[in-house]
Amino acid sequence: MNNIYDNEMKIEFLSKSNNEAFARIAVAAFIAQLDPTLEEIADIKTAVSEAVTNSIIHGYEERIGIIKLICKIRNKEVFIEISDSGKGIENIEMAKQPLFTTKANLERSGMGFTIMESFMDDVEVESVLGLGTKVTMKRKIKSNSQNEEFAIATIRREE
Amino acid sequence: MNSFYKKEDKQLIFRLDEEIDECEVQKIRRRLDNEIERYMPKEVIFDFSKVSFMDSAGIGLIIGRYKLANMLGGKVQVTNMQEPVKKIFDMSGISKIIEEVQYE
Ligand SMILES: Nc1ncnc2c1ncn2[C@@H]1O[C@H](COP(=O)(O)OP(=O)(O)O)[C@@H](O)[C@H]1O
Ligand SMILES: [Mg+2]
Repeated sequence: MNNIYDNEMKIEFLSKSNNEAFARIAVAAFIAQLDPTLEEIADIKTAVSEAVTNSIIHGYEERIGIIKLICKIRNKEVFIEISDSGKGIENIEMAKQPLFTTKANLERSGMGFTIMESFMDDVEVESVLGLGTKVTMKRKIKSNSQNEEFAIATIRREE
Repeated sequence: MNSFYKKEDKQLIFRLDEEIDECEVQKIRRRLDNEIERYMPKEVIFDFSKVSFMDSAGIGLIIGRYKLANMLGGKVQVTNMQEPVKKIFDMSGISKIIEEVQYE
């Protein structure tokens, strides 16, 4: 199998609210192989939680549908794709504005996309009304001190 | 989640559970409102000492209780926020309207 990624996983689950925790914990467990810091894990979990919650409450609203989550790793970079076949977004630029929400009645704060964008290096949103929404996010994991020590030790040996 | 009311200080304290997301918020919202309406506290204090995860659903939860408490003549405060929670709190801008206090 030809694959430019070092590792990859895919899960599908129903748009039920208790799967928000399942999705972010699954991603956290998968990216552990990159040895991320606690802060990096927290940031990525939060972004995943925002995107999955959006699919549940905005994409599918009261209905039950399937949410697809793909997570890929290449070098020290994490790629995450979360998609639904829900109602879609009418105006993506507007949806991304801080505080913009179409569900103020449910006490949504309109901060979901803002959090995704500030916690991840890159966020892309594709959406077609009536067909669904796909959010693609990237985040580079910085080498932590353990890796740095290992690298320095290797360089010293080569010298 | 547990809560207690300190009558002498008119303080209602909510000690939130580990993870605050939409799922959790839907479970506890009504109970919070019932207690706020019952005690009409001067101060509603959210104690985050146990909370290790919070996303934007937590922001909505706090703003909603802020509005209710305000309407009943009280205010909302937060305490014992750990790093990841603090980050969301500061980013959302609600730190401008909701005071962080020392507690216990
Ligand atoms: N998966 C989705 N399907 C349909 N609409 C969405 C989806 N994700 C986001 N939206 C729209 O974008 C708006 C902004 O999303 P967000 O920033 O997460 O704020 P909030 O979830 O608090 O409303 C939502 O109110 C909704 O109208
Ligand atoms: Mg959202």
